[in-house]
Amino acid sequence: MHTNPTSPLLQLQNLQIAYGGIQAVKGIDLDLWAGELVCLIGANGAGKTTTLNAIAGVLPIAGGSIMYQGDKLNAVPAHRRLRRGVALVPEGRGIFTRLTVEENLRMGAYTRKDKAGIEADLERVYTMLPRVKERLHQVAGTLSGGEQQMVAIGRALLSRPRLLLLDEPSMGLAPLVVEKIFEVVQSVARDGVTILLVEQNANLALEFAQRGYVMESGKVTLTGSGSELLADPKVREAYLGEIA
Amino acid sequence: MNELVSAVPWLGKRNPMAARWLIIIIALVAPIIAWQFGRSWVRILDFALLYMMLALGLNLVVGFAGLLDLGYIAFYAVGAYTFAFLASPHFDIHMPFWLVLPLGAAFAALAGIMLGFPVLRLRGDYLAIVTLGFGEIIRIFMLNLNYPVNITNGPQGINMLDPINLFGWDLSRNLQVTETFSINSLFLYYYFFLLCVAGSIVFIQRLQISRVGRAWAAMRDDELAAKAIGINTRNMKLLAFSLGATFGGVAGALFGAFQGFVSPESFSLMESIAVLTMVVFGGMGNIAGAIVGAFVLAMLPEILRDIAIPLQQTLFGTVILDPEVLRMLLLSLAMILMMLLRPTGMIPARARYAHPENMKREGAL
Repeated sequence: MHTNPTSPLLQLQNLQIAYGGIQAVKGIDLDLWAGELVCLIGANGAGKTTTLNAIAGVLPIAGGSIMYQGDKLNAVPAHRRLRRGVALVPEGRGIFTRLTVEENLRMGAYTRKDKAGIEADLERVYTMLPRVKERLHQVAGTLSGGEQQMVAIGRALLSRPRLLLLDEPSMGLAPLVVEKIFEVVQSVARDGVTILLVEQNANLALEFAQRGYVMESGKVTLTGSGSELLADPKVREAYLGEIA
Repeated sequence: MNELVSAVPWLGKRNPMAARWLIIIIALVAPIIAWQFGRSWVRILDFALLYMMLALGLNLVVGFAGLLDLGYIAFYAVGAYTFAFLASPHFDIHMPFWLVLPLGAAFAALAGIMLGFPVLRLRGDYLAIVTLGFGEIIRIFMLNLNYPVNITNGPQGINMLDPINLFGWDLSRNLQVTETFSINSLFLYYYFFLLCVAGSIVFIQRLQISRVGRAWAAMRDDELAAKAIGINTRNMKLLAFSLGATFGGVAGALFGAFQGFVSPESFSLMESIAVLTMVVFGGMGNIAGAIVGAFVLAMLPEILRDIAIPLQQTLFGTVILDPEVLRMLLLSLAMILMMLLRPTGMIPARARYAHPENMKREGAL
């Protein structure tokens, strides 16, 4: 596991993904450096979730390549990618609704064997997410949306990820809750986890992210630093609901 | 057994020790009570135990792993026919029981994997339809593989299967204890099957709280998320199909040996549905549910047969409704009421670790 600091942690090269005959992602390039928080924004159906799922390995790719720590991940199955530090928080949270909160969190450590390490990480997640700790023995399906999202993030953290793929953590949540979630995301980033964040809430995402990519119908159309994109009239018009 | 114990009404929560002994005593004396009503009732109990094994096995696939299987009886058939091929005059092979039983289980497991591979990407209703087709294919094979080479003897089935023989002890003969006292063969089978069911319960309970059981629970709730936390869902699905099938295969081999006769008509779609009904009726995803569901639904038609005819004769002077028709009617009615009043079954599966003390006791995490 030697990371070459002169090359990105994750590199998508001409990545293409298709559902049946329909190309959802039409060749995108993306670099993600260790320690970065980068967001991927775009309208519905632009291919954001598809891209994220392909990086996590739950979706096969049609062309191009996914480079991670200098190795090609194209044919590596999802459960192996997790072992190498790529964790996904799926769209719609993907909580195990019939298991308790604690079971959900512990399932995140499914591939790990180091008991002491797992307990220590659990404690870290509890301090980061005090609301979750109050509900440890509750069945996860009975939590509110925001709490479920926290559990989903906590679960992903228990795999000790190097790269965290977050798929629309703000989906369907009240603005106040969204802010809380973003605070959590930021503190995860501060701990040194590299984050690729997919968001529809472009305003908020760009505010937090160092860099952003804008996707439109399967292609990356714009890229730049968070503040650059926030100031870009095209972005403001298309995603922030302002008339230029 | 903990799950069974806590399912005992009233006593289960107050005095688990007493509830445990109650279950053991009921299980042990049940055939003696049944004997008072006639030997056919002991036979019915024997079959009820086989249904329990089937329900336990199907519960692994449907309840634990969340894979709807409508062709489960096919594995029962594989087990029964394996026994028929290897321990009957049909091919004139008489292999010992202790060899045939694991072989039956192994072939059933293989059939489970054969079914598992093509359905890996299917879920829900699509999966149900393919498994249903698989069950029918196996039955139709059994029905038609008598020409050009006679393998299964077609619709006539295979006769005179060897009885269960435990190291020289033939269960089909009454056990002569003293000159005047003997134990009927039906009892011997009962206690042997009871032992098998008890073994299955212990095994499945261990499995449920193991890594595999947790992986199944995750897969059942959200397959994508299960993949994302590093579960190899392909292997877990195949394991569910093959382990579930193993129970079906063992039950099938026992069934063949007990009945001494197998034919394709024992393995119809209705049987698959009956076993699934037991699992759903009892409560999906928990062992006590499978046991109770299998017991109630295996006994119900027999009790009905005993009551319906005399009752109709005294009431109307003639038999208006055939018990067989009545059985389907009442069964459907019971299912509808169940879904309305207790949609999670008679004994709902509870969240296993909802109470911290369980977590410590079961030591699973």
